[in-house]
Amino acid sequence: MSRIGIIGIGHGKFGRRSDASVQELAFESFAEALSDAKIERKDIDATVIGAVPEYHKQRSLAGAIQEYLEMTPKPTWLTEVACASGSAAIRTAWMGIKSGLHKVVSVIGCQKMTELQTPEILALMGRVGEVQWESIFGTTFPGYYAMFANRHMHEFGTTKEMLAAVAVKNHFYGAMNKKAMFQKEVTLEKCLASDPVASPFGIFDCCANADGAAAVILAEEERARAIAGDRVVWLDGLGCATTTMSVLRRPSLTGISSATEASKQAYEMAGVGPADIKVADVHDCFTIAEIMAYEDLGFCKKGQGGHFIAEKQSYLGGRTPVNVDGGLKSKGHPIGTTGVSMTVEVVKQLRGDCGERQVKDADVALTHNVGGIGQYCFVHIYKKE
Amino acid sequence: MFEWFGKINFTPHTRVTEFADHLKDGYLMGSKCRKCGFETYPPRADCPKCLSPDFEFNEISGQGTLLTHTQITAAPTGFQDIGTYRVGLLDLKEGGRLLAWIGESIGEDEVKIGMQLQVVPRIFEDTPDIKVYYTLEKPGTTWNKAPKPGAATP
Ligand SMILES: [Zn+2]
Repeated sequence: MSRIGIIGIGHGKFGRRSDASVQELAFESFAEALSDAKIERKDIDATVIGAVPEYHKQRSLAGAIQEYLEMTPKPTWLTEVACASGSAAIRTAWMGIKSGLHKVVSVIGCQKMTELQTPEILALMGRVGEVQWESIFGTTFPGYYAMFANRHMHEFGTTKEMLAAVAVKNHFYGAMNKKAMFQKEVTLEKCLASDPVASPFGIFDCCANADGAAAVILAEEERARAIAGDRVVWLDGLGCATTTMSVLRRPSLTGISSATEASKQAYEMAGVGPADIKVADVHDCFTIAEIMAYEDLGFCKKGQGGHFIAEKQSYLGGRTPVNVDGGLKSKGHPIGTTGVSMTVEVVKQLRGDCGERQVKDADVALTHNVGGIGQYCFVHIYKKE
Repeated sequence: MFEWFGKINFTPHTRVTEFADHLKDGYLMGSKCRKCGFETYPPRADCPKCLSPDFEFNEISGQGTLLTHTQITAAPTGFQDIGTYRVGLLDLKEGGRLLAWIGESIGEDEVKIGMQLQVVPRIFEDTPDIKVYYTLEKPGTTWNKAPKPGAATP
């Protein structure tokens, strides 16, 4: 089976980007990816945009971005699966190349979230869950993960200190990431004392809305080798699954079953297992989400995720380094961009370009990108030659 | 009138619209498939098992076990005026689950996963429009029911 590889990456600064429009953010990461791949726009056959439309005033964003990049008349389209939109864009790019329709496809995750006024944000926040039976009681995005956290604490003895330890780790690495929104370490005490959001979460258990874009360029094997040589990183395993949006029909309240299913598919396709993963970027939208990801991805046994972080097994030098770029927690979470940002990070890790955050001898890496409160999950496995 | 259901309602149109009429009368209704007999809560018009669109409402006790909960401080639009509120997820005795506010009969320190709770139908008293909802209360809590339940068919 011929492979599909990443030949170029670009990553803009995340944060409150009051200096740029969403097209300009997209341009910034796209231009960087082009120059990283050392190719020109004419070499690219199509552009897939990962973004969540309700945050942007410009409707049908893909066309506006394609115009701003001067990529017309090449095809473009948008993928939307909430916070996993970026990974969905990568999956459709992979499918487009695999089908033979295209040979080189660029993927841009881009999101501008800070243009909305607070009332608009609060209104969107109130419709995260299932609206017919749940949102009418004022459920929120943190509220759902908080309910998973309380159940996890009840069943497995996970503690608030273990939750906070995730935030401490991710801020520790985020402080070394120039693209992160918050480049500052935090203490366990500060996390535990942070303002309440939804019990057991304080503000430091939650990631922040952000603006930002990231881009990757994918190519079929022959083209990838010709363009990138031994710098190419192969996307060898793809998994994708769903679970219910409604917690009223959710099979598990202590894990994201779509993640378990998606990772099973990706491991099988790539011919590797959890122990082979040298570095992972996982969807830590809330501290409990990273703990559940350790378990859902098989980095540790079910229920042991809290101990995994308490024992620093997800730090550099631990069993499986996780989110050593700072994660969503420290980088910020421009929702449509996040999956592409994760991909940029693991490609850099596999190339050996991460400096003080570099995982030694990294040859297999994983991204885990969850949409909404788990209704979508995409797991991708990348390998060095 | 399903738009009666909830402090804010996002789903005015649904085939289970009479759910809210029953709730106003003090009855909590799940659904039962007329073809295969599958019962569930929340009610749904279309059977997920046999795909039949033919259903009837089916009264349930509202007794259940607390699966998990949270206390929300950062509230979204429409809920900021009620301050901090507690949300609980109930595993219903007759099957299915229900999400609601944890009511005043349960003290701050009394919320425990695994505790038994009773769903109690409620009407907002101080709104001009009819607004119905329910809360989770101590087992044995009673409430008013209309003498005759509404028609049991859609
Ligand atoms: Zn049926």
